Amino acid sequence: MYKYDNYDQTIVNERVEQFRDQTRRYLAGDLSDDEYRPLRLMNGLYIQTHAPMLRVAIPYGLLSSEQLRMLAHISRKYDKSYGHFSTRQNIQFNWPALETVPDILADLATVEMHAIQTSGNCIRNTTSDQFAGISKDEIEDPRPYCEIIRQWSTFHPEFSFLPRKFKIAVSGSKGDRAAAMVHDIGLYLVNNEKGETGFKVFVGGGLGRTPHIGKCIRNFLEKKYLLSYIEAILRVYNKFGRRDNIYKARIKILVNDVGQEEFGKQVEQEWLHIKEGILKLGQKEIDHAKSFFTSPMYSKDAIDDDSFEKARTANEDFKNWATRNLYSHKAPGYRAVIISLKAPGIAPGDATDEQMDFISDLSDEYSYGEIVVTHDQNLVLPNVKQGDLFALWEKLKTKNLATSNIGLLTDMICCPGLDFCSLANAGSIPIAKQINEKFNDLDYLHDIGDLKIKMSGCMNACGHHHVGHIGILGVDKKGQEFYQLTLGGSSESDACLGDRLGPAIPKIDVANVIAKLLDVYVKLREEDERFLDTYRRVGIAPFKENVYASH
Amino acid sequence: MRVIKNKSIIDDEWSLKREIGNTDPIPSGNVILPFPFWQANRDELINSKKCHAIWIDGSIEIETIASDLQYFALIALDFPTFKDGRSYSHARLLRERYDFKGELRAIGDVLQDQLFFMERCGINSFRIRDGKDIEKALESFNVFSVNYQGAADDSVTISQQRKFK
Ligand code: HEM
Ligand code: SF4
Repeated sequence: MYKYDNYDQTIVNERVEQFRDQTRRYLAGDLSDDEYRPLRLMNGLYIQTHAPMLRVAIPYGLLSSEQLRMLAHISRKYDKSYGHFSTRQNIQFNWPALETVPDILADLATVEMHAIQTSGNCIRNTTSDQFAGISKDEIEDPRPYCEIIRQWSTFHPEFSFLPRKFKIAVSGSKGDRAAAMVHDIGLYLVNNEKGETGFKVFVGGGLGRTPHIGKCIRNFLEKKYLLSYIEAILRVYNKFGRRDNIYKARIKILVNDVGQEEFGKQVEQEWLHIKEGILKLGQKEIDHAKSFFTSPMYSKDAIDDDSFEKARTANEDFKNWATRNLYSHKAPGYRAVIISLKAPGIAPGDATDEQMDFISDLSDEYSYGEIVVTHDQNLVLPNVKQGDLFALWEKLKTKNLATSNIGLLTDMICCPGLDFCSLANAGSIPIAKQINEKFNDLDYLHDIGDLKIKMSGCMNACGHHHVGHIGILGVDKKGQEFYQLTLGGSSESDACLGDRLGPAIPKIDVANVIAKLLDVYVKLREEDERFLDTYRRVGIAPFKENVYASH
Repeated sequence: MRVIKNKSIIDDEWSLKREIGNTDPIPSGNVILPFPFWQANRDELINSKKCHAIWIDGSIEIETIASDLQYFALIALDFPTFKDGRSYSHARLLRERYDFKGELRAIGDVLQDQLFFMERCGINSFRIRDGKDIEKALESFNVFSVNYQGAADDSVTISQQRKFK
């Protein structure tokens, strides 16, 4: 993984001192709330329902065991001993005291971490595929490019006061696991007809209250032009993005207003001026970034171990876990292990300090000391020998980390909602709880199979509800919590937005309505069809009928 | 009135005219005029004196002033609120694309914590917002000793220091 050199470390250390001074001036009354707000936001510090909320960047989701241990330490020392992994591969702490935030940042800096640009109207943490570097369908590892973008975007002098937040995702494989289509810029590593690798560029994707799927403005961008091209996109956006209305300020609105083609033209025009300038990447620079993301020395005989197969046959629980929580690996005899942070009764994406420490130890023992955060709010140990899987599973069980539900109904994405967020219209975490209580039969869940439920407590869409196979949006109806359901969304390579099922439903009915939707699916599915496939084939009518007819 | 210029505090030689009708008489002295006034009185202004200054905000296209740059000793860029970041792009374009060598000044909601960004974009003088500590604002230039990306300042970027190029 990437290691800081003196320059990286200096910048992060200087940032800590800068923020310490800014916070001191704020507490002394020299900075108004209004003036301090964008400064703290650029450091991931929100003021929420109960307390400040601090969002720490995990660049493209990659953590060392040492870093995860530090996050555990921070949650213990400054917070209530847990952290919340977010859908953008960051971690959030819900309860730190404002005065301690500079100290938290100083602690983070000791393990090459920071909270820079995790919020605010600037370029946010660049996200990627949780299986980068290990998946079989990968064209090229996207992480070196994420790191190049991270450095270019850090304290970018021109783009720190954009009309609105700006999110970039890079996907390196055919199957998109980075939700790149719903990002302000989505980059896909692709091969052109000459066999060269470069980027396909999408702009203007995004969720929030007016969701859009990204539009392609360039089919092939040579790697050396990566930064100059995105700088051109940002410059056009900075100049022309709307600033009169916060709800219309994202780049998606601009792209939609001027049109995909015209926007692309403006970018190309701007790009011609800067293409060959200082931002052009040299091969040395690319190679330098790549040198940090090499594969470990996989052992050749990992594939010879047959204890995994035997354990799978002998133990039904282990078999269930192995079916859902493993991901196939490019190295023979290895698997990526997905640690579910969606145990029943736990807010989706939460991990305690004890669990974080434990996972750090396991990653040292079994996976070369690396952990990856997924945008589904789970954690991955990317490089585990099949011979170690049973022992690892036994250990995960002791800390409630072996729920066999990856990709299943209960592997929900869920925003903090009314419990923590001052913008919320309705709760999300209690709905997750309700769903977990209703669907507690693991055999049923395995039978239903792949199903992505995504939930947001308001139309800001932090929980990605638009792109859930079943999306749940909290709305406020005369002071009552109601939920608007959508069906058929996806954030993968077949990205699309869900369709509204019908009128919003009361809180107590949510899990029951989901059961009705699943009844329809079970009745109509053909062979191995997933819920999403059946929905796409039969349309919304039968689902609608079953839900609303009996009301 | 004091301003920061090239990282020191000096007495301002210019006065800023925020509002003036296009048909009003041309003010005397060193005055920073709105760009529309310049356009309306261009020939007369060029004949009347040698040294000119205008101010613009984020809404104009920098291309529209490009052909007149030779006349301006100073261009002031307005930040109606510090959250409006359009003038950062203006500054870089003026310096990097149009090679403007005169004074580039930030006016409006100009605050300590933004000076670092502004300076990197090529702005070299700052009219700090009234009521803010101009001495303290100077500290902003010393916050970061290294920069990742190239911009309009001559700072050596990290990738250059790492000797990639
Ligand atoms: C509790 C504090 C939070 C606040 C105040 C907050 C606020 C917001 C707002 C206002 C938006 C809409 C922006 C827009 O459409 O322009 C948004 C979007 C988003 N938030 Fe949050 N959020 C919070 C927590 C979270 C958490 C915990 C996650 C992850 C689980 C998250 C992930 C996202 C994502 C992925 C979007 C996507 C919309 C997009 O980029 O198009 N947020 N947030
Ligand atoms: S979706 Fe709404 S309720 Fe949920 S975290 Fe985002 S802003 Fe808060």
